[in-house]
Amino acid sequence: MSLDYTTPEFLIERNRDRCIDCKVCVNQCANEAHIYDEEEKRVVSDDIKCVNCHRCVALCPTRALTVRRYPLEYRQNAGWTAHDINSIYRQAASGGILLTGMGTDRNYPIFWDHLLLNASQVTNPSIDPLREPMELKTFLGRKPDSLKIENGRLAEKLPPQLELEVPVMFGAMSFGSVSLNVQKSLARAAAESGTFFNTGEGGLHRDLYRYGGSAIVQVASGRFGVYSEYLNAGAAVEIKIGQGAKPGIGGHLPGEKVGREVSLTRMIPEGSDAISPAPHHDIYSIEDLGQLIYSLKEATNYQKPVSVKIAAVHNVAAIASGIARAGADIITIDGLRGGTGATPLRTRDNVGIPIELALAAVDSRLREEGIRHRVSLVVAGSIRNSADIVKAVALGADAVYIGSAALISLGCHMCQKCYTGKCNWGIATQDPNLVKRLNPDIGAQRATNLLRAWSLEIKELLGGMGINALESLRGNRLMLRGVGLSEKELQILGVKAAGE
Amino acid sequence: MKRVYAREEVCAGCKLCEVHCIVAHSQYPNDIVKAFKKGVLPVSRVIVEEDRPVSFALQCRHCQDAPCTKACITGAMHRDLETGIVINNEERCVGCWTCILACPFGAIKRDESGEKVASKCDLCSAGDGVPACVANCPNDALVFEERE
Amino acid sequence: MDYVIIGNSAAAVGAVEGIRQVDREGRITVISDEPYHTYSRPLISYWLAGKVTADKMIYRDEKFYETNNVQPLLGKRVCEINFEGRKVRLEDGSAVSYDRLLIATGGKPIVPPVAGLDKKGVYSFIKFDDVKAIKSAVAAGKRKAVVIGAGLIGLKAAEALNRLGADVNVVELANRILPAILDEEAGQMVQGYLEEAGIKFSLNNTVTEVSGDNAVSGVTLKDGTFAECEMLIVAIGVNPNIGLAEGSLSVNRGILVNEKMETSLPGIYAAGDVSEGFDVVYGTNRVLPLLPNAYLQGETAGRSMAGAETVFDGGLAMNAIGFGDLPMLTAGIVKPDTEEFEVLVDSAPETRTYRKIVLKDNRIMGYILLNKIDRAGILTGLIREKADVTPFKDRLLKYGFGYIDFPESERKSRLSGGVA
Repeated sequence: MSLDYTTPEFLIERNRDRCIDCKVCVNQCANEAHIYDEEEKRVVSDDIKCVNCHRCVALCPTRALTVRRYPLEYRQNAGWTAHDINSIYRQAASGGILLTGMGTDRNYPIFWDHLLLNASQVTNPSIDPLREPMELKTFLGRKPDSLKIENGRLAEKLPPQLELEVPVMFGAMSFGSVSLNVQKSLARAAAESGTFFNTGEGGLHRDLYRYGGSAIVQVASGRFGVYSEYLNAGAAVEIKIGQGAKPGIGGHLPGEKVGREVSLTRMIPEGSDAISPAPHHDIYSIEDLGQLIYSLKEATNYQKPVSVKIAAVHNVAAIASGIARAGADIITIDGLRGGTGATPLRTRDNVGIPIELALAAVDSRLREEGIRHRVSLVVAGSIRNSADIVKAVALGADAVYIGSAALISLGCHMCQKCYTGKCNWGIATQDPNLVKRLNPDIGAQRATNLLRAWSLEIKELLGGMGINALESLRGNRLMLRGVGLSEKELQILGVKAAGE
Repeated sequence: MKRVYAREEVCAGCKLCEVHCIVAHSQYPNDIVKAFKKGVLPVSRVIVEEDRPVSFALQCRHCQDAPCTKACITGAMHRDLETGIVINNEERCVGCWTCILACPFGAIKRDESGEKVASKCDLCSAGDGVPACVANCPNDALVFEERE
Repeated sequence: MDYVIIGNSAAAVGAVEGIRQVDREGRITVISDEPYHTYSRPLISYWLAGKVTADKMIYRDEKFYETNNVQPLLGKRVCEINFEGRKVRLEDGSAVSYDRLLIATGGKPIVPPVAGLDKKGVYSFIKFDDVKAIKSAVAAGKRKAVVIGAGLIGLKAAEALNRLGADVNVVELANRILPAILDEEAGQMVQGYLEEAGIKFSLNNTVTEVSGDNAVSGVTLKDGTFAECEMLIVAIGVNPNIGLAEGSLSVNRGILVNEKMETSLPGIYAAGDVSEGFDVVYGTNRVLPLLPNAYLQGETAGRSMAGAETVFDGGLAMNAIGFGDLPMLTAGIVKPDTEEFEVLVDSAPETRTYRKIVLKDNRIMGYILLNKIDRAGILTGLIREKADVTPFKDRLLKYGFGYIDFPESERKSRLSGGVA
């Protein structure tokens, strides 16, 4: 074998004064970065195998381990970074597309961090959420053009709605891309918290049908696991057109991840690659999309809202308008920083637009066209905390999906190696050795805790603004001010500059 | 009585239960580094059985009618009448291994770090509360509870 | 209720504890011709070798009789049982009445038909007094010893004497040492180990003549050789000590008992080395002179005597015997003599590791584990249960065979429920 030019990305430091050679790191590293040397009777490390997932660091009982960026310096060069050079080494060796996982790690502007929230001072009192009721309830679905009220009651039935106790849902992550224990954790947390999880394009495992009332079932270009019972098991159906981490690209679940359970759930042969085509082969126009939307409504007896999920791309506003007119009840927009289990690196890092701009553009466009009430807007793509959510709602979102944040609550350490199937945290893997590392009892509790914590924070922020219902913040961009943004960006976001 | 039970479906096979069992029964129960670096290291009284992907921890079941106590030739192995915990009095144990012959769970180990003695789970009865293996399981794969 | 127990060893202690599980009130009298607090017989070789002190020989703590409200009559011999009058008569002329009687008189050494075994320097190896006498002899400078019998007792005696610096010669009639619990291959490994420690063996041989005037000075063996010795340990084994029962109770080799340990006479029980109870492996009644068996039988007898519905599901031969750092565990049938048995063997003579499992109809009937002995009790349990081991038969010999090798459902039902 010829010389491989790649160098380690990380350096494993073992404090020999503390290491007791207990081998926990050895038995926990699926990448085999820790090895027990039988002859020397001690644990040693192989840095080049380390992906910096922190599994060993977290489990080391003596805190003897730390992982650093590998200190090897390349000749300083503003243009050619180590990342660029190593990418070429890898491709020159493999001749293949570079794969990666999670959302982009490139330094694109994060507009959430350039938006600031308002607070009440003197002229309108702020509200203390510990003393006064605070409402986060959110309904997703088409709202009627007008309400007919007779004797103080609605005279006509509303179109089907999803009722959320918190404006946060767990984003689409298929069984296959993540382990069943992830879906179990999130399904239970969603049910517990009064919100929804999304099956992704992988069907609904039979063990999860009992959480169907908390599930949004996805229909994507591969149609995996789709049949009547599946569609009717969920609370809503989502057509997946695109994904923020890989706009314009399909999906590929390698056959080795298609074990018995995945195979049964996706309805494909065991061990076969699950390939989702880049486009839906039956959708070439808004009209075609409309047909699929209505087919699904027909299949579910018009009792479930239908969502359409797209990646945030350049003309997202016009596309969203078309989706709304095609009959969707919910539009989900996944931004540039959205995550994934596997995507071509160049696509992830270079395609799409930031969710903040897309959201503002879509919300504005739908308002201008007078059809904003026909759809609910759900945004996704690197919602990191409760403040991001509040800002998203103020920009016009009805709710958000969280994917990465949900996985982080389950133990994900954002090492971006989901595509290898060797997730040491039992998340992005089907390896039975690894899957069991995620205890769904613990996972459900942690994800539930996260939602609870964030709703408390959202209430605090709302109270500070003198608002006692999230509904009153929706699209209320006056509650936002921009800092460090250009005139054009402020214009697209529809917010004033700080100080204005 | 409360016993330790394994939930093999979530056992990560990390063997931290073994590590912490050793520490809890060492000369430095509150200092894991010293426990391993100084003095004599006892054997772990909990056994992680592993045949990947299955793994689970097993320790003395503290049988009501414990065969080890009946087989013991010295009377060292006994059941504490108050707590129900089966304990080996290491002072009186001569390391004849009759208990190993008798224990249907294979839960008794040989400790030859000093005088030969049979070593087994005492539910950390020297301390209070939850046994060390349970307290330190990172994935709740060991539970300490009463079952029928 | 008056309980009388003749004997003060494992079966007697088991009976006391068994009675007290059921009856806290009744009067218990324990009668023994030995003057000692209950002590562990297997520990006599440990004591002789200096591995335990006399105070550690006790089988139950000093307060045992007090805690269990037992009247011990120690150093007193029962010379007769009046089954009609429900009384035992002691050598000193006194009598003790009983409602329930347990005969736990143990075994008595088998004496080979050789003249001269009454000479000074000839010892048994059963009781504390036996090893006390041997230790005095060693202290008095005696160094040369011949042990007749390479069974469990003989080898423990030989090992202890060897440790004390004596020159030990073991004579065994069979073709191997430990003939009851080892096969030839394992026997050779253990023999090699003991020979390295300095013990000499003479197999397929026996003592035909004991020389010496007053005290033993040597023995002549069947093959004509003469071995000089100052100590002669007779360790051929024990026979049930059935003297008190003969003529009144049903007796075979030992006193016959049912699953409650009751003899042919109601109210009269027997347990331990004197009895002949059910053997789960052989499926018949057999004498099993082993401590764990004695305790369990005693405990069953005690519970039965106190009126509890209790049965002993049977004993089996099982032995833990180790020499130095060579441990050995055996159980059940170890050397089958018919075709219907299946034998699994993993042998590594260079490390003196030997693992042999004997099966019949996919059920474990016995095993020999030499050196790698851990978790053997799982096998013992499977023997007791007569479990069908087909699902994991190919893994039985694996070192570390455990519950991981059981089918999942079986494992879970065994490990996750409450415990009997």
